[in-house]
Amino acid sequence: MKTFTFERATTPAQAAAAVAARPGARFVAGGTNLLDLMKLEIETPPHLVDVTGLGLDRIERTPDGGVRVGALVRNTDLASDRHIRRDYAVLSRALLAGASGQLRNMATTAGNLLQRTRCPYFYDTNMACNKRNPGSGCSAIGGISRQHAVVGASDACIATHPSDMAVALRLLDAKVETVKADGAQRVIPIADFHRLPGNTPHIETDLQPGELITGVTLPRPLGGTQVYRKVRDRASYAFALVSVAAVVQRDGTGRAAFGGVAHKPWRVEAAEAAMANGSAAVANRVFADARPTHDNAFKLQLAERTLAAVLAESRS
Amino acid sequence: MDNDFTQPTLNRRDLLIAGAASAAVTLPAGSAAQGTAEATPAMASVTLEVNGRSETLQCDTRTTLLDVLREHLHLTGTKKGCDQGQCGACTVLVNGRRVVSCLTLAVMQPGAKVTTVEGLSTTRRLHPMQAAFVKHDGYQCGYCTPGQICSAVGVLDEIKRGVPSHASKDLAARPVVSAAELRERMSGNICRCGAYSNIVDAMAEVAGVRV
Repeated sequence: MKTFTFERATTPAQAAAAVAARPGARFVAGGTNLLDLMKLEIETPPHLVDVTGLGLDRIERTPDGGVRVGALVRNTDLASDRHIRRDYAVLSRALLAGASGQLRNMATTAGNLLQRTRCPYFYDTNMACNKRNPGSGCSAIGGISRQHAVVGASDACIATHPSDMAVALRLLDAKVETVKADGAQRVIPIADFHRLPGNTPHIETDLQPGELITGVTLPRPLGGTQVYRKVRDRASYAFALVSVAAVVQRDGTGRAAFGGVAHKPWRVEAAEAAMANGSAAVANRVFADARPTHDNAFKLQLAERTLAAVLAESRS
Repeated sequence: MDNDFTQPTLNRRDLLIAGAASAAVTLPAGSAAQGTAEATPAMASVTLEVNGRSETLQCDTRTTLLDVLREHLHLTGTKKGCDQGQCGACTVLVNGRRVVSCLTLAVMQPGAKVTTVEGLSTTRRLHPMQAAFVKHDGYQCGYCTPGQICSAVGVLDEIKRGVPSHASKDLAARPVVSAAELRERMSGNICRCGAYSNIVDAMAEVAGVRV
Protein backbone atom coordinates (compact mmCIF):
# COMPACT_ATOMS: atom_id res chain seq x y z
CA MET A 1 0.00 0.00 0.00
CA LYS A 2 1.25 3.50 -0.79
CA THR A 3 1.66 5.86 2.12
CA PHE A 4 -1.04 8.40 2.84
CA THR A 5 -1.87 11.06 5.37
CA PHE A 6 -5.12 10.82 7.29
CA GLU A 7 -7.60 13.22 8.79
CA ARG A 8 -11.01 12.98 10.42
CA ALA A 9 -13.52 15.38 8.92
CA THR A 10 -15.54 17.65 11.19
CA THR A 11 -18.40 18.72 8.88
CA PRO A 12 -19.60 17.51 5.45
CA ALA A 13 -18.52 20.76 3.77
CA GLN A 14 -15.10 20.62 5.44
CA ALA A 15 -14.72 17.01 4.26
CA ALA A 16 -15.57 18.01 0.70
CA ALA A 17 -13.14 20.94 0.81
CA ALA A 18 -10.38 18.71 2.23
CA VAL A 19 -10.72 16.17 -0.60
CA ALA A 20 -11.02 18.86 -3.27
CA ALA A 21 -7.84 20.52 -1.97
CA ARG A 22 -5.63 17.45 -2.42
CA PRO A 23 -5.53 15.87 -5.91
CA GLY A 24 -6.24 12.17 -5.59
CA ALA A 25 -7.53 12.39 -2.01
CA ARG A 26 -10.44 10.11 -1.13
CA PHE A 27 -13.20 9.87 1.43
CA VAL A 28 -13.21 6.72 3.54
CA ALA A 29 -16.10 5.34 5.61
CA GLY A 30 -16.64 1.56 5.62
CA GLY A 31 -13.38 1.03 3.77
CA THR A 32 -14.38 -2.43 2.55
CA ASN A 33 -13.74 -1.69 -1.13
CA LEU A 34 -11.26 1.19 -0.97
CA LEU A 35 -8.78 -0.52 1.39
CA ASP A 36 -8.81 -3.68 -0.71
CA LEU A 37 -8.01 -1.60 -3.80
CA MET A 38 -5.32 0.36 -1.91
CA LYS A 39 -3.58 -2.86 -0.88
CA LEU A 40 -3.43 -3.82 -4.54
CA GLU A 41 -2.30 -0.27 -5.42
CA ILE A 42 -5.18 0.09 -7.84
CA GLU A 43 -6.19 3.05 -5.68
CA THR A 44 -3.27 5.16 -4.43
CA PRO A 45 -4.75 8.17 -2.62
CA PRO A 46 -2.09 10.37 -0.96
CA HIS A 47 -4.64 11.53 1.63
CA LEU A 48 -7.70 9.95 3.25
CA VAL A 49 -10.53 11.93 4.80
CA ASP A 50 -12.44 9.80 7.30
CA VAL A 51 -16.09 10.87 7.24
CA THR A 52 -17.42 8.40 9.81
CA GLY A 53 -17.63 11.07 12.50
CA LEU A 54 -20.07 13.24 10.54
CA GLY A 55 -23.33 11.73 11.80
CA LEU A 56 -25.29 11.17 8.56
CA ASP A 57 -26.29 7.81 10.04
CA ARG A 58 -30.03 8.25 10.49
CA ILE A 59 -33.02 6.89 8.61
CA GLU A 60 -35.86 9.40 8.80
CA ARG A 61 -39.19 10.14 7.17
CA THR A 62 -39.41 13.06 4.77
CA PRO A 63 -42.34 15.52 4.73
CA ASP A 64 -43.55 14.13 1.38
CA GLY A 65 -44.06 10.63 2.81
CA GLY A 66 -40.73 9.23 1.64
CA VAL A 67 -37.59 8.42 3.56
CA ARG A 68 -34.12 9.86 3.83
CA VAL A 69 -31.21 7.49 4.41
CA GLY A 70 -28.01 9.06 5.74
CA ALA A 71 -24.88 8.39 3.68
CA LEU A 72 -23.24 6.59 6.60
CA VAL A 73 -26.08 4.20 7.45
CA ARG A 74 -24.48 0.75 7.39
CA ASN A 75 -25.91 -1.81 4.98
CA THR A 76 -27.03 -4.09 7.85
CA ASP A 77 -28.86 -1.24 9.56
CA LEU A 78 -30.60 -0.13 6.37
CA ALA A 79 -31.71 -3.69 5.56
CA SER A 80 -32.94 -4.20 9.15
CA ASP A 81 -34.87 -0.97 9.53
CA ARG A 82 -38.55 -1.76 10.19
CA HIS A 83 -39.84 0.94 7.89
CA ILE A 84 -37.55 -0.13 5.04
CA ARG A 85 -38.47 -3.80 5.50
CA ARG A 86 -42.17 -3.01 5.36
CA ASP A 87 -42.41 -0.28 2.73
CA TYR A 88 -39.26 -0.76 0.62
CA ALA A 89 -38.80 -4.52 0.89
CA VAL A 90 -36.99 -4.69 -2.44
CA LEU A 91 -34.23 -2.50 -0.98
CA SER A 92 -33.93 -4.67 2.11
CA ARG A 93 -33.79 -7.80 -0.03
CA ALA A 94 -31.17 -6.34 -2.39
CA LEU A 95 -28.92 -5.38 0.52
CA LEU A 96 -29.24 -8.82 2.12
CA ALA A 97 -28.33 -10.48 -1.19
CA GLY A 98 -25.00 -8.66 -1.25
CA ALA A 99 -21.61 -9.38 0.35
CA SER A 100 -21.29 -11.14 3.74
CA GLY A 101 -22.63 -10.35 7.20
CA GLN A 102 -19.30 -8.86 8.26
CA LEU A 103 -19.07 -6.61 5.19
CA ARG A 104 -22.68 -5.45 5.52
CA ASN A 105 -21.89 -4.42 9.10
CA MET A 106 -19.11 -2.18 7.78
CA ALA A 107 -20.22 -0.93 4.34
CA THR A 108 -22.18 2.32 4.10
CA THR A 109 -24.98 3.49 1.82
CA ALA A 110 -22.80 6.02 0.00
CA GLY A 111 -19.85 3.66 -0.21
CA ASN A 112 -22.06 0.95 -1.71
CA LEU A 113 -23.06 3.36 -4.50
CA LEU A 114 -19.40 4.22 -5.10
CA GLN A 115 -17.97 0.71 -5.07
CA ARG A 116 -15.95 -0.18 -8.12
CA THR A 117 -16.31 -2.99 -10.60
CA ARG A 118 -15.04 -6.48 -9.77
CA CYS A 119 -13.88 -7.00 -13.39
CA PRO A 120 -10.85 -9.31 -12.98
CA TYR A 121 -8.89 -7.27 -15.54
CA PHE A 122 -9.47 -4.12 -13.49
CA TYR A 123 -8.05 -5.98 -10.49
CA ASP A 124 -5.03 -7.42 -12.31
CA THR A 125 -2.50 -4.60 -12.59
CA ASN A 126 -0.58 -6.55 -15.25
CA MET A 127 -3.48 -6.24 -17.66
CA ALA A 128 -4.63 -3.34 -19.81
CA CYS A 129 -7.65 -1.57 -18.35
CA ASN A 130 -9.05 1.77 -19.44
CA LYS A 131 -10.78 2.16 -16.10
CA ARG A 132 -7.60 1.69 -14.04
CA ASN A 133 -5.17 3.18 -16.55
CA PRO A 134 -7.03 5.35 -19.09
CA GLY A 135 -5.89 4.77 -22.66
CA SER A 136 -4.24 1.41 -21.97
CA GLY A 137 -6.98 -0.65 -23.62
CA CYS A 138 -9.46 -3.24 -22.39
CA SER A 139 -8.29 -6.78 -21.71
CA ALA A 140 -11.83 -7.96 -21.01
CA ILE A 141 -12.83 -7.39 -24.64
CA GLY A 142 -11.61 -10.56 -26.30
CA GLY A 143 -10.73 -11.98 -22.88
CA ILE A 144 -12.82 -14.07 -20.52
CA SER A 145 -16.00 -12.02 -20.35
CA ARG A 146 -18.60 -14.27 -18.77
CA GLN A 147 -19.28 -11.76 -15.95
CA HIS A 148 -19.29 -8.67 -18.09
CA ALA A 149 -21.84 -6.22 -19.45
CA VAL A 150 -24.25 -7.13 -22.22
CA VAL A 151 -25.80 -3.70 -22.69
CA GLY A 152 -24.64 -0.09 -22.50
CA ALA A 153 -20.97 -1.05 -22.82
CA SER A 154 -18.43 0.56 -25.13
CA ASP A 155 -15.31 -0.37 -27.08
CA ALA A 156 -13.34 1.01 -24.13
CA CYS A 157 -14.95 -0.94 -21.27
CA ILE A 158 -17.40 -3.80 -20.70
CA ALA A 159 -17.29 -3.82 -16.89
CA THR A 160 -20.42 -4.17 -14.77
CA HIS A 161 -21.45 -2.28 -11.66
CA PRO A 162 -21.34 -4.74 -8.75
CA SER A 163 -23.94 -3.27 -6.38
CA ASP A 164 -27.23 -4.97 -5.54
CA MET A 165 -28.42 -2.03 -3.46
CA ALA A 166 -28.06 0.38 -6.37
CA VAL A 167 -30.38 -1.75 -8.53
CA ALA A 168 -33.14 -1.41 -5.94
CA LEU A 169 -32.48 2.33 -5.60
CA ARG A 170 -32.78 2.70 -9.38
CA LEU A 171 -36.09 0.84 -9.29
CA LEU A 172 -37.37 3.10 -6.52
CA ASP A 173 -36.32 6.36 -8.25
CA ALA A 174 -34.02 7.33 -5.38
CA LYS A 175 -32.20 10.65 -5.33
CA VAL A 176 -28.63 11.19 -4.18
CA GLU A 177 -27.96 14.27 -2.03
CA THR A 178 -24.50 15.81 -2.03
CA VAL A 179 -22.44 18.70 -0.78
CA LYS A 180 -19.66 20.24 -2.85
CA ALA A 181 -16.36 21.74 -1.77
CA ASP A 182 -17.85 25.26 -1.84
CA GLY A 183 -20.64 24.14 0.48
CA ALA A 184 -23.30 24.09 -2.26
CA GLN A 185 -25.76 21.20 -2.08
CA ARG A 186 -27.38 19.39 -4.96
CA VAL A 187 -29.65 16.44 -5.67
CA ILE A 188 -28.85 13.89 -8.38
CA PRO A 189 -31.53 11.46 -9.62
CA ILE A 190 -30.16 7.91 -9.34
CA ALA A 191 -30.67 7.42 -13.08
CA ASP A 192 -28.08 10.14 -13.73
CA PHE A 193 -25.73 9.25 -10.89
CA HIS A 194 -23.81 6.39 -12.51
CA ARG A 195 -22.39 6.91 -15.99
CA LEU A 196 -22.05 4.60 -18.95
CA PRO A 197 -18.40 3.89 -19.82
CA GLY A 198 -18.19 5.56 -23.24
CA ASN A 199 -14.61 6.69 -23.84
CA THR A 200 -14.07 7.62 -20.17
CA PRO A 201 -14.76 4.46 -18.14
CA HIS A 202 -12.57 5.79 -15.33
CA ILE A 203 -15.21 8.46 -14.65
CA GLU A 204 -17.93 6.39 -13.04
CA THR A 205 -20.32 8.88 -11.49
CA ASP A 206 -21.65 12.39 -11.94
CA LEU A 207 -19.83 13.55 -8.77
CA GLN A 208 -17.28 16.35 -9.02
CA PRO A 209 -13.91 16.15 -7.26
CA GLY A 210 -14.51 16.51 -3.54
CA GLU A 211 -18.29 16.23 -3.84
CA LEU A 212 -19.55 14.24 -0.85
CA ILE A 213 -22.71 12.14 -0.74
CA THR A 214 -24.67 13.10 2.37
CA GLY A 215 -27.72 10.92 1.89
CA VAL A 216 -30.17 9.13 -0.35
CA THR A 217 -33.89 9.91 -0.47
CA LEU A 218 -36.68 7.57 -1.51
CA PRO A 219 -40.06 8.82 -2.71
CA ARG A 220 -43.32 7.59 -1.19
CA PRO A 221 -43.64 3.79 -0.99
CA LEU A 222 -44.86 2.11 -4.18
CA GLY A 223 -46.79 -0.70 -2.50
CA GLY A 224 -47.26 -3.81 -4.63
CA THR A 225 -45.23 -6.96 -4.35
CA GLN A 226 -41.52 -6.20 -4.13
CA VAL A 227 -38.98 -8.81 -5.18
CA TYR A 228 -35.20 -8.90 -5.59
CA ARG A 229 -33.97 -12.02 -7.29
CA LYS A 230 -30.22 -12.57 -7.72
CA VAL A 231 -28.73 -15.35 -9.85
CA ARG A 232 -25.12 -16.20 -9.06
CA ASP A 233 -22.58 -19.01 -9.22
CA ARG A 234 -23.07 -19.95 -5.56
CA ALA A 235 -25.99 -19.50 -3.21
CA SER A 236 -24.39 -16.83 -1.02
CA TYR A 237 -21.60 -14.27 -0.97
CA ALA A 238 -21.09 -13.92 -4.72
CA PHE A 239 -21.70 -11.16 -7.23
CA ALA A 240 -24.67 -11.37 -9.56
CA LEU A 241 -24.57 -12.86 -12.99
CA VAL A 242 -27.99 -11.28 -13.37
CA SER A 243 -30.33 -9.77 -10.84
CA VAL A 244 -33.85 -8.39 -11.11
CA ALA A 245 -35.47 -5.87 -8.80
CA ALA A 246 -39.19 -5.50 -9.36
CA VAL A 247 -42.35 -3.98 -8.00
CA VAL A 248 -45.48 -5.64 -9.34
CA GLN A 249 -48.95 -4.28 -8.62
CA ARG A 250 -52.06 -6.42 -8.35
CA ASP A 251 -53.16 -5.54 -11.91
CA GLY A 252 -49.86 -6.82 -13.31
CA THR A 253 -48.32 -3.40 -13.98
CA GLY A 254 -45.06 -2.50 -12.37
CA ARG A 255 -41.37 -1.72 -12.71
CA ALA A 256 -38.21 -3.76 -13.22
CA ALA A 257 -34.51 -2.97 -12.97
CA PHE A 258 -31.60 -5.28 -13.79
CA GLY A 259 -28.20 -5.78 -12.17
CA GLY A 260 -25.10 -7.57 -13.43
CA VAL A 261 -25.77 -6.59 -17.03
CA ALA A 262 -24.34 -3.08 -17.44
CA HIS A 263 -21.96 -0.42 -16.16
CA LYS A 264 -24.83 0.90 -14.06
CA PRO A 265 -28.15 -0.42 -12.75
CA TRP A 266 -30.16 -1.02 -15.93
CA ARG A 267 -33.74 0.11 -16.20
CA VAL A 268 -35.73 1.02 -19.31
CA GLU A 269 -38.90 2.75 -18.18
CA ALA A 270 -40.49 2.50 -21.65
CA ALA A 271 -40.30 -1.29 -21.44
CA GLU A 272 -42.35 -1.36 -18.24
CA ALA A 273 -45.55 -0.66 -20.15
CA ALA A 274 -45.29 -4.31 -21.24
CA MET A 275 -45.06 -5.71 -17.68
CA ALA A 276 -48.58 -7.14 -17.78
CA ASN A 277 -47.72 -8.91 -21.05
CA GLY A 278 -45.02 -11.06 -19.53
CA SER A 279 -41.26 -11.27 -19.21
CA ALA A 280 -40.34 -11.70 -22.88
CA ALA A 281 -42.15 -8.54 -23.90
CA VAL A 282 -40.27 -6.56 -21.26
CA ALA A 283 -36.86 -8.16 -21.77
CA ASN A 284 -36.97 -7.70 -25.56
CA ARG A 285 -37.37 -4.00 -25.01
CA VAL A 286 -34.90 -3.70 -22.11
CA PHE A 287 -32.15 -5.49 -24.03
CA ALA A 288 -33.00 -4.25 -27.53
CA ASP A 289 -29.56 -2.65 -27.90
CA ALA A 290 -27.62 -5.45 -26.22
CA ARG A 291 -24.20 -6.36 -27.61
CA PRO A 292 -23.19 -9.47 -25.65
CA THR A 293 -19.88 -11.28 -26.07
CA HIS A 294 -19.57 -14.96 -26.92
CA ASP A 295 -19.02 -15.67 -23.21
CA ASN A 296 -21.93 -13.74 -21.76
CA ALA A 297 -24.73 -14.02 -24.34
CA PHE A 298 -26.41 -16.41 -21.88
CA LYS A 299 -27.20 -13.41 -19.69
CA LEU A 300 -29.92 -12.26 -22.08
CA GLN A 301 -31.91 -15.45 -21.68
CA LEU A 302 -31.06 -15.63 -17.99
CA ALA A 303 -32.35 -12.09 -17.45
CA GLU A 304 -35.63 -12.85 -19.23
CA ARG A 305 -36.11 -16.09 -17.30
CA THR A 306 -35.24 -14.42 -13.99
CA LEU A 307 -37.84 -11.76 -14.69
CA ALA A 308 -40.32 -14.54 -15.54
CA ALA A 309 -39.59 -16.14 -12.16
CA VAL A 310 -40.04 -12.79 -10.42
CA LEU A 311 -43.40 -12.20 -12.13
CA ALA A 312 -44.53 -15.71 -11.18
CA GLU A 313 -43.44 -15.15 -7.59
CA SER A 314 -45.31 -11.86 -7.45
CA ARG A 315 -48.51 -13.57 -8.58
CA SER A 316 -48.28 -16.39 -6.04
CA MET B 1 20.18 -18.37 6.97
CA ASP B 2 21.90 -21.77 6.69
CA ASN B 3 23.28 -21.31 10.17
CA ASP B 4 19.78 -20.83 11.49
CA PHE B 5 18.93 -24.42 10.67
CA THR B 6 21.68 -25.64 13.02
CA GLN B 7 19.94 -23.97 15.94
CA PRO B 8 17.95 -26.76 17.55
CA THR B 9 15.70 -24.39 19.49
CA LEU B 10 14.53 -22.43 16.46
CA ASN B 11 10.91 -23.19 15.68
CA ARG B 12 9.00 -22.69 12.43
CA ARG B 13 7.52 -19.38 13.54
CA ASP B 14 10.96 -17.97 14.39
CA LEU B 15 12.17 -18.99 10.97
CA LEU B 16 9.27 -17.28 9.25
CA ILE B 17 9.96 -14.12 11.23
CA ALA B 18 13.67 -14.27 10.38
CA GLY B 19 12.82 -14.71 6.71
CA ALA B 20 10.44 -11.79 6.75
CA ALA B 21 13.02 -9.62 8.50
CA SER B 22 15.71 -10.29 5.92
CA ALA B 23 13.22 -9.57 3.14
CA ALA B 24 12.36 -6.29 4.82
CA VAL B 25 16.04 -5.33 4.97
CA THR B 26 16.58 -5.86 1.27
CA LEU B 27 13.46 -4.00 0.13
CA PRO B 28 14.46 -0.37 0.73
CA ALA B 29 17.81 -0.93 -0.97
CA GLY B 30 16.05 -2.36 -4.03
CA SER B 31 13.62 0.51 -4.30
CA ALA B 32 16.43 3.05 -3.85
CA ALA B 33 18.35 1.42 -6.68
CA GLN B 34 15.36 1.98 -8.95
CA GLY B 35 15.31 5.62 -7.92
CA THR B 36 11.75 5.51 -6.65
CA ALA B 37 11.24 8.10 -3.95
CA GLU B 38 9.06 6.24 -1.50
CA ALA B 39 7.17 8.74 0.66
CA THR B 40 7.88 8.74 4.36
CA PRO B 41 5.28 6.72 6.25
CA ALA B 42 2.72 8.91 7.96
CA MET B 43 2.40 8.01 11.62
CA ALA B 44 -0.65 8.40 13.81
CA SER B 45 -1.64 7.74 17.38
CA VAL B 46 -4.75 5.72 18.15
CA THR B 47 -6.35 4.51 21.36
CA LEU B 48 -8.49 1.37 21.29
CA GLU B 49 -10.07 -0.78 23.97
CA VAL B 50 -9.03 -4.33 23.16
CA ASN B 51 -10.53 -7.13 25.26
CA GLY B 52 -11.28 -4.63 28.00
CA ARG B 53 -7.82 -3.03 28.09
CA SER B 54 -7.11 0.46 26.82
CA GLU B 55 -4.23 0.41 24.32
CA THR B 56 -2.58 3.51 22.85
CA LEU B 57 -0.39 2.88 19.82
CA GLN B 58 1.77 4.81 17.41
CA CYS B 59 1.37 3.25 14.00
CA ASP B 60 1.74 3.86 10.28
CA THR B 61 -1.61 5.12 8.94
CA ARG B 62 -1.61 2.07 6.64
CA THR B 63 -1.85 -0.36 9.56
CA THR B 64 -5.04 -2.40 9.53
CA LEU B 65 -6.85 -3.30 12.72
CA LEU B 66 -5.79 -6.88 12.02
CA ASP B 67 -2.10 -5.97 11.93
CA VAL B 68 -2.44 -3.92 15.12
CA LEU B 69 -3.95 -6.92 16.89
CA ARG B 70 -1.37 -9.40 15.66
CA GLU B 71 1.84 -7.40 15.27
CA HIS B 72 1.50 -4.60 17.82
CA LEU B 73 -0.52 -6.29 20.57
CA HIS B 74 0.64 -9.88 19.82
CA LEU B 75 -2.92 -11.17 19.94
CA THR B 76 -2.25 -13.82 17.32
CA GLY B 77 -5.54 -15.66 17.83
CA THR B 78 -7.04 -13.50 15.07
CA LYS B 79 -5.73 -14.90 11.80
CA LYS B 80 -4.72 -13.32 8.51
CA GLY B 81 -6.14 -15.43 5.68
CA CYS B 82 -6.74 -13.59 2.41
CA ASP B 83 -6.21 -10.03 3.76
CA GLN B 84 -8.91 -8.83 1.35
CA GLY B 85 -12.15 -9.46 3.19
CA GLN B 86 -13.10 -12.66 1.44
CA CYS B 87 -12.28 -15.44 3.93
CA GLY B 88 -13.43 -14.18 7.34
CA ALA B 89 -10.41 -15.57 9.25
CA CYS B 90 -9.76 -12.10 10.72
CA THR B 91 -13.31 -11.61 12.04
CA VAL B 92 -13.48 -9.79 15.38
CA LEU B 93 -16.22 -7.90 17.19
CA VAL B 94 -15.98 -4.09 17.06
CA ASN B 95 -18.44 -2.38 19.38
CA GLY B 96 -20.27 -5.70 19.50
CA ARG B 97 -20.62 -6.18 15.74
CA ARG B 98 -18.65 -8.68 13.70
CA VAL B 99 -16.33 -7.14 11.11
CA VAL B 100 -13.35 -8.26 9.05
CA SER B 101 -10.38 -6.60 10.75
CA CYS B 102 -8.28 -6.69 7.55
CA LEU B 103 -10.49 -4.10 5.82
CA THR B 104 -10.46 -1.37 8.42
CA LEU B 105 -7.56 0.81 9.46
CA ALA B 106 -6.59 1.18 13.11
CA VAL B 107 -6.78 4.97 12.68
CA MET B 108 -10.43 4.61 11.63
CA GLN B 109 -11.32 3.00 14.97
CA PRO B 110 -10.45 5.50 17.73
CA GLY B 111 -12.16 4.54 20.98
CA ALA B 112 -13.56 1.33 19.52
CA LYS B 113 -14.20 -1.63 21.81
CA VAL B 114 -12.59 -4.60 20.09
CA THR B 115 -13.16 -8.19 21.18
CA THR B 116 -10.95 -10.91 19.76
CA VAL B 117 -11.16 -14.65 20.34
CA GLU B 118 -8.79 -14.17 23.28
CA GLY B 119 -11.27 -11.83 24.93
CA LEU B 120 -14.59 -13.62 24.32
CA SER B 121 -14.55 -15.15 27.76
CA THR B 122 -13.96 -12.94 30.78
CA THR B 123 -13.43 -15.91 33.07
CA ARG B 124 -10.99 -18.82 32.97
CA ARG B 125 -13.72 -20.92 31.38
CA LEU B 126 -14.24 -21.12 27.62
CA HIS B 127 -16.95 -18.97 26.08
CA PRO B 128 -20.01 -21.19 25.39
CA MET B 129 -19.35 -20.90 21.63
CA GLN B 130 -15.75 -22.07 22.10
CA ALA B 131 -16.93 -25.00 24.21
CA ALA B 132 -19.54 -25.92 21.61
CA PHE B 133 -16.96 -25.86 18.80
CA VAL B 134 -14.83 -28.29 20.83
CA LYS B 135 -17.78 -30.54 21.64
CA HIS B 136 -19.06 -30.68 18.05
CA ASP B 137 -15.64 -30.86 16.40
CA GLY B 138 -16.32 -27.58 14.59
CA TYR B 139 -12.82 -27.35 13.14
CA GLN B 140 -10.03 -29.41 11.70
CA CYS B 141 -6.79 -27.50 11.06
CA GLY B 142 -8.08 -24.64 13.25
CA TYR B 143 -6.84 -21.72 11.16
CA CYS B 144 -10.29 -20.30 10.41
CA THR B 145 -11.64 -21.18 13.87
CA PRO B 146 -11.07 -17.89 15.77
CA GLY B 147 -12.83 -16.03 12.95
CA GLN B 148 -15.60 -18.63 12.80
CA ILE B 149 -16.17 -18.38 16.55
CA CYS B 150 -16.23 -14.57 16.62
CA SER B 151 -18.54 -14.56 13.61
CA ALA B 152 -20.81 -17.19 15.20
CA VAL B 153 -21.11 -15.09 18.37
CA GLY B 154 -21.98 -12.09 16.19
CA VAL B 155 -24.54 -14.08 14.18
CA LEU B 156 -26.53 -15.24 17.21
CA ASP B 157 -26.57 -11.69 18.50
CA GLU B 158 -27.81 -10.43 15.12
CA ILE B 159 -30.63 -12.97 15.10
CA LYS B 160 -31.55 -11.98 18.66
CA ARG B 161 -31.63 -8.31 17.60
CA GLY B 162 -33.94 -9.16 14.69
CA VAL B 163 -31.47 -8.54 11.85
CA PRO B 164 -32.89 -10.34 8.78
CA SER B 165 -30.87 -12.33 6.25
CA HIS B 166 -31.16 -13.48 2.66
CA ALA B 167 -32.51 -16.77 4.07
CA SER B 168 -35.30 -15.08 6.05
CA LYS B 169 -38.59 -15.98 4.38
CA ASP B 170 -40.67 -13.18 5.88
CA LEU B 171 -39.04 -9.78 6.34
CA ALA B 172 -41.82 -8.71 8.68
CA ALA B 173 -41.29 -11.62 11.09
CA ARG B 174 -38.51 -12.04 13.60
CA PRO B 175 -35.74 -14.25 12.22
CA VAL B 176 -35.43 -17.72 13.70
CA VAL B 177 -32.41 -19.96 14.20
CA SER B 178 -32.48 -22.59 11.46
CA ALA B 179 -29.82 -24.45 9.52
CA ALA B 180 -30.57 -22.34 6.43
CA GLU B 181 -30.25 -19.11 8.42
CA LEU B 182 -26.98 -20.14 10.04
CA ARG B 183 -25.44 -21.29 6.75
CA GLU B 184 -26.41 -18.08 4.96
CA ARG B 185 -25.21 -15.84 7.78
CA MET B 186 -21.89 -17.68 8.10
CA SER B 187 -21.12 -17.53 4.36
CA GLY B 188 -18.44 -14.90 4.97
CA ASN B 189 -16.32 -17.43 6.87
CA ILE B 190 -14.55 -19.95 4.68
CA CYS B 191 -13.37 -23.31 6.09
CA ARG B 192 -11.22 -25.18 3.61
CA CYS B 193 -11.24 -28.29 5.82
CA GLY B 194 -15.03 -28.35 5.49
CA ALA B 195 -16.19 -28.30 9.11
CA TYR B 196 -19.31 -26.38 8.13
CA SER B 197 -21.97 -28.85 9.27
CA ASN B 198 -20.34 -29.24 12.69
CA ILE B 199 -20.09 -25.45 13.03
CA VAL B 200 -23.85 -25.22 12.41
CA ASP B 201 -24.39 -27.89 15.10
CA ALA B 202 -22.21 -25.96 17.55
CA MET B 203 -24.05 -22.70 16.89
CA ALA B 204 -27.45 -24.38 17.20
CA GLU B 205 -26.49 -25.80 20.58
CA VAL B 206 -25.46 -22.39 21.88
CA ALA B 207 -28.73 -20.95 20.56
CA GLY B 208 -30.59 -23.77 22.33
CA VAL B 209 -32.18 -25.02 19.12
CA ARG B 210 -32.15 -28.31 17.23
CA VAL B 211 -31.61 -27.78 13.51
